[in-house]
Amino acid sequence: LGESFGDNHYLELCESPVQFENASAVNNVFFDEANKQVFAVRSGGATGVVVKGPDDKNSIAFRMDDKGEVKCIKFSFENKILAVQRTSKSVVFPDKRSLKLLKSQSINVNWYMYCPETSVILLSTTVQGNVLQPFAFKNGTMSKMSKFEIELPAVPKPAKLSLSERDIAVATIYGQLYVMYLKHHSRTANSPGAEVVLYHLPREGPCKKTHTLKLNTTGKFALNVVDNLVVVHHQSSQTSFIFDIKMKDPDSTLNIHLPVLPPWSIHPYKIPLTGTSCYSSTWSVFQPDIIISASEGYLWHLQVKLQPVVNLLQDKGKLMDFLLRRRDCKMVILSVCSQMLIKGDKGNLPVVATVFDKLSQVYKEYLEAEQSYTTAVESGASRASTVHKRPVRTQAVIDQSDMYTHVLSTFTERKDSSHKFVIAVLMEYIRSLNQFQITVQHYLYELVIKTLVQHNLFYMLHQFLQYHVLSDSKPLACLLLSLESTYPPAHQLSLDMLKRLSTANDEIVEVLLSKQQVLGALRFVRSVGGHDNISARKFLDAARQTKDQMLFYTIFRFFEQRNQRLRGSPSFTPGEHCEEHVAFFKQLFGEQALMKPVTV
Amino acid sequence: MLMISPRMATGMQEKQYSPSLLSFFIYNPKFGPREGEEEKKILFYHPSEVEKNEKIRNVGLCEAIVQFTRTFCPSKPAKSLHTQKNRQFFFEPEENFWIVMVVRNPMVEKANKEGRPAATEYQEEELLDNVYGAVLQQCYSMYKLFNGTFGRAMEAGAVELLTQKLEKFFYRYLQTLHLQSCDLLDVFGGISFFPLDKMTYLKIQSFVNRVEESLSLIKYTTFLYNDQLIWSSLEQDDMRILYKYLTTSLFPRHSEPELAGRDSPLRPEVAGNLLHYGRFLTGPTNLKDPDAKFRFPRIFVNSSDGYEELHLIVYKAMSAAVCFMISASEELGREFCEQLDGLVGPQLTLLASDICEQYNINRRISGPEKEPQFKFIYFNHMNLAEKSTIHMRKTASVSLTSVHPDLMKILGDIHADFVRVDEDEEIIVKAMTDYWVVGKKSDQRELYVILNQKNANLIEVNEEVKRLCATQFNNIFFLD
Repeated sequence: LGESFGDNHYLELCESPVQFENASAVNNVFFDEANKQVFAVRSGGATGVVVKGPDDKNSIAFRMDDKGEVKCIKFSFENKILAVQRTSKSVVFPDKRSLKLLKSQSINVNWYMYCPETSVILLSTTVQGNVLQPFAFKNGTMSKMSKFEIELPAVPKPAKLSLSERDIAVATIYGQLYVMYLKHHSRTANSPGAEVVLYHLPREGPCKKTHTLKLNTTGKFALNVVDNLVVVHHQSSQTSFIFDIKMKDPDSTLNIHLPVLPPWSIHPYKIPLTGTSCYSSTWSVFQPDIIISASEGYLWHLQVKLQPVVNLLQDKGKLMDFLLRRRDCKMVILSVCSQMLIKGDKGNLPVVATVFDKLSQVYKEYLEAEQSYTTAVESGASRASTVHKRPVRTQAVIDQSDMYTHVLSTFTERKDSSHKFVIAVLMEYIRSLNQFQITVQHYLYELVIKTLVQHNLFYMLHQFLQYHVLSDSKPLACLLLSLESTYPPAHQLSLDMLKRLSTANDEIVEVLLSKQQVLGALRFVRSVGGHDNISARKFLDAARQTKDQMLFYTIFRFFEQRNQRLRGSPSFTPGEHCEEHVAFFKQLFGEQALMKPVTV
Repeated sequence: MLMISPRMATGMQEKQYSPSLLSFFIYNPKFGPREGEEEKKILFYHPSEVEKNEKIRNVGLCEAIVQFTRTFCPSKPAKSLHTQKNRQFFFEPEENFWIVMVVRNPMVEKANKEGRPAATEYQEEELLDNVYGAVLQQCYSMYKLFNGTFGRAMEAGAVELLTQKLEKFFYRYLQTLHLQSCDLLDVFGGISFFPLDKMTYLKIQSFVNRVEESLSLIKYTTFLYNDQLIWSSLEQDDMRILYKYLTTSLFPRHSEPELAGRDSPLRPEVAGNLLHYGRFLTGPTNLKDPDAKFRFPRIFVNSSDGYEELHLIVYKAMSAAVCFMISASEELGREFCEQLDGLVGPQLTLLASDICEQYNINRRISGPEKEPQFKFIYFNHMNLAEKSTIHMRKTASVSLTSVHPDLMKILGDIHADFVRVDEDEEIIVKAMTDYWVVGKKSDQRELYVILNQKNANLIEVNEEVKRLCATQFNNIFFLD
């Protein structure tokens, strides 16, 4: 693969892993899934215990007496209490503490599994172990959830424990709790390979089998969940599969999923001195995204790299669906948009349209959520019964300013893109926004106009305005006015727009006066009922500039009549600053031409 | 300004004769300057059976009139000559090339009581110069659309080629002139735009862009629905004459039941698994026909370096028609036509039904369709948009108006007044039989309204027109 294709490793281990003393004859290593802490216990604690958490800058180190082999060691929440287990039936707290039994349940349990994120514990019951009983802990109470049965590939005779905790994982995917069951290839059934079966465990109601992830291979597997993707590591091939349960095969009504991308290995991690590490047999995998190599002394978080996905998923629609559901997607999506506009292959526009529509959909959903939040807060401020949660703006919300800044403005400036294509793309984006009833921002219209004007496509511009594709606004009307010298019809288009806005009467008057259409301006003001408030001086100034004496006379007379009507006298008040015009009027038409006060 | 129209036809027992074409000829005085060579000046003469010397005489007369009047105003030569029996219109579209149209004035034949021959009376003042002058210019524009300029034919094959082309074109074209039904709309030569909501319009944009991207040979595209324009990437002046051709010649020839239902003779084509109703209005009539011809009419449009010659492909699905224009230097064959048919047919069919649906929704919103209360003609010089509630749908043969010809003539007169001044103005005419005619000019727009209100006075008429502007034209800036 050449440089241009880059690196296809779409999974990687985090750059700064938690490092600890590797496991050895004198050093035991433990991992607490709840606090994500690694415990390195040297010589049963006598020569030291070092605890490292994922985010802790400082590790905790202490010593304790060696009272035999440590089987398990954990801290409570916020490292308040340390618990050490040395025998199968006792747990020791180094400080003296008393425990109280709050609630008990009597069940035969094969094994248990605890999910710290959701505080749900799963108990394996029955002889075969495949009936799982979940309990949820909340605010110090324990509630029983409905139990469910995992379908085993084959029922052993006689019955024996057939479901191992190694094949079960619990994780939150897209905000929902799932129990993942690694269903191995059965020798008797004619299935092509192992699969991962997902059981959706809702807070209320029964648990249901919802998704099947096809692996089409056999061997040893391990599961992680990263960025809502299910990652299945396959040891013998040293590759990992990723599945997106929201990615549906349109042909399939069943929720059967194939890997989103071709299986690929995790990007090799360079360990100083010992070399690189990947898919070692000493690796342990924990939920959701933790990989620990005890023998090397590393704890990593698994990460998804989006850039390599761009080359691996050719279908741009599918690619967008995939990217929009990822956490750090914004810049990758924007670069995909830029790329697709540069290539300019034939038949590219339908693809561009599909991509824009997908972006608009997510954008619209966010705007709607924001809108209903605002209305809810405004209307329900007094009723405090419901707490409104402000919608989270994820990176997938790509708005017009993102598109403008990162994609469209640079695209329109490229020398190698034909103006036809540029306009087609801009119109396609505007169409997409309109289709999702999103108000188009002025700067997009400006970009369209700029491009059209640059290529002298005024007739096209005219048609777009005629059909209101470029929505009315004062800035747009002003922009049109500025085009008048190169394209005279822009004047009419601008006036029409100002008229439709109905809040731009002052601007209309200014435009007309600047065109020396003084009488027209006055008639317009009168038609909208504003003639009692306008400045006489402004109109007289404009009338005088036309050098049309009769026009000046008419305008002057109009204001004399207004003065008469409003104040009972035709003369101007000093505040109107019309002395100069009165003098000019007298000079032209004589003193006697001034209107006489009418006394009632 | 208020005027009282002096006359209104009240004739009984009379026979009316409409104006008709007497002759139509094209000449160039430089082609036979010497005596005895006058015939060489004549490039085209209709009717062709006229005796040679008479042709020469008529051409000579026109030449003399033009030369003579030029001494009074060199920049504006005579445009028409009024005589008792007929009226002659002169037009010099290219230097030294003159087109002359002679129209016989309308006549009234009055029956005579005592068995004596009927007396004919020519109505000398009936024809409007601006209307027929515009018709004459349209003749040239139409020739130019399909043949390019006279100068081009001269360059390519001298007088022989030019006379051939003129003969071929005008022989057929003159038969389609309907001088009795020419009116103000011919002066405007406007374009009727199809009213459409923004979203559907954007879909059409999207469609046009996609087709142009896939078939990159296409240089220009225009989109029409119900014979009304929605989109054109062709420049305005070219579009104006192409629109004229499409709506008065090509579409009427192909008018068939539009919404092809089960009973329709039109069979939907199946492309892939999509049903579509697309078909070529120019070029191949049936793609399945092994002998189908893939020849399209050629048109000439303005371009930055003079003019360019293009194939004109007109493709229609239901009421939506699209013109695709491709450089004439490209060879178009079966393969291209099939590709176009397969690509455009299904999309256009879908789009046409979208537009139809949207149009019906909009109509429902705007209330039940009723006979418009106002009879008006609107024209905007800026975008050539015209709208008329006076004219019925134009057919191939005649354009039907719903008002008396005398009222139409008043409209033409008012327009002639507007042309003479630059400023905005308004003219109100009281015609006979309770009719009022109002003409308004605001910036580049003209509006003509015909009102029929018993005993209405000037103020009421003015109010009525204000009301019309407020309802029908509230989205544009109209000075009142």
